[in-house]
Amino acid sequence: MASQAKTNVVDPLIDNNPITLQVLGICSALAVTTNMMSSLIMCIALTTVTAFSGLFISAIRKHIPTNIRIIVQMTIIASLVIIVDQVLKAYAYEASKSLSVFVGLIITNCIVLGRAEAYAMKNPPMLSFLDGIGNGLGYSLILMAVAFFRELLGAGKLFGHQVIPVANEGGWYIPNGLMLLPPSAFFVIGLMIWAIRSWKKEQVEKPDYQIHQVHRTEVL
Amino acid sequence: MAETTPKKGLLGSLMSLPNDNPKKTLFIAVLLCLVCSILVSTAAVSLKPIQTSNKKDDIKRNILAVTGLSDSDGNIDELFSQFDVRLIDLSEGKYAETDIDPVSYDQRKASSDPQMSVRLSSEQNIAGIGSRAKLAPVYLLTEGDTIKQVVLPVHGYGLWSTLYGFLSLDGDFNTIRGLRFYEHAETPGLGGEVDNPKWRAQWEGKKVFDETGNVEIRVIRGHVDTNTKNAEYKVDGLSGATLTSNGVTNLLQYWLGDHGFGPYLKNMRSELGK
Repeated sequence: MASQAKTNVVDPLIDNNPITLQVLGICSALAVTTNMMSSLIMCIALTTVTAFSGLFISAIRKHIPTNIRIIVQMTIIASLVIIVDQVLKAYAYEASKSLSVFVGLIITNCIVLGRAEAYAMKNPPMLSFLDGIGNGLGYSLILMAVAFFRELLGAGKLFGHQVIPVANEGGWYIPNGLMLLPPSAFFVIGLMIWAIRSWKKEQVEKPDYQIHQVHRTEVL
Repeated sequence: MAETTPKKGLLGSLMSLPNDNPKKTLFIAVLLCLVCSILVSTAAVSLKPIQTSNKKDDIKRNILAVTGLSDSDGNIDELFSQFDVRLIDLSEGKYAETDIDPVSYDQRKASSDPQMSVRLSSEQNIAGIGSRAKLAPVYLLTEGDTIKQVVLPVHGYGLWSTLYGFLSLDGDFNTIRGLRFYEHAETPGLGGEVDNPKWRAQWEGKKVFDETGNVEIRVIRGHVDTNTKNAEYKVDGLSGATLTSNGVTNLLQYWLGDHGFGPYLKNMRSELGK
């Protein structure tokens, strides 16, 4: 149990990362990573939702009728997201303003439903809760890294503080505007996946098709 | 949401049915909806007062900031009480005679209410707002009988979103004291630079109207320097954000023009001239 719990939290960080290995939840990774502060709030919100949806779904998993199980899961997830959104609007007004619709869009984040369906439906509540925490942290790790590069190279800032003096305020750095646009998140995530798979070779997938070397004689 | 497994009674017999039994499916669905809706509405209702006061404070803070009154020290409500809030009938350009409380008046809600707004024709609709509330609040900062500053709420479409902000004018109803947007969803780093303090600082001291009373203020492409003709009516464009810059020009042209606060400002200026 103890070792299983540890695996649930540690495994999704790199070895089974929801973004870089399973390639889930890319949408919000593009949208909220222009600055680190809003990414952090988003990470906390998503981790909370994934963990608690795992806990609640797992708690009632033995009574969920199979034919309406996805609706049941979505109802629980949606309720949690609305509660998180309401809490942010009340206690982190500035942050919720900058995140606008993206907190609400956690409902459609594949990681949440993915973990509910794949893990919480089959495992006990505490383990599901930890699995949610682990996957949330895995998502957070990548999101914060992407936001770090985008905010630093795009605006010369980290968490809103100027760290590189930018040209239009008298410094030497000309910010790369592309980093603030959504496509750059694809580039950064792509490079990360490449880096992780070069380091952890076992993540490299086998090619779906083997290119067949045709010998001259076969053509004839 | 905890597991509810009572041993006896109707509930117990329902719970002990196989999961795929239609009765149990229906029961679980209803129960789940009930529990979830109670949780969601509890959260929404109990947090509502804090959320509303956040929104109000945010607007007050922006009004204070645009007039140059410090928002860091002192109580927001106390500072804000210096303002005289009045409602204006925009088409007549006069203070409206209504029973509506100007402080709680919601211009945004009124804009979408056909009873309280006017639709704009496509030539009038330069700010991309579609319809305009008949009444608009103004925030007057007075000293004795003279008006020192007037804050006008403005909004208009940029690239992705409607920008909502405040424009503050001096007591001559021509010189700009500040322009500040409190809500928008423009691209961070490009159009989002409307929030940049350096860019905002340029607005101070600019003039709105030329000698004949035309709205001249605009955001230009590129940089305004001492060689620029009529520099007092021009503000630097935001690089990489032409559409947001144009949006700001358009919304100012609209709100300061004949279909916005134009008539009111004209009346006030001619009153000053007397």
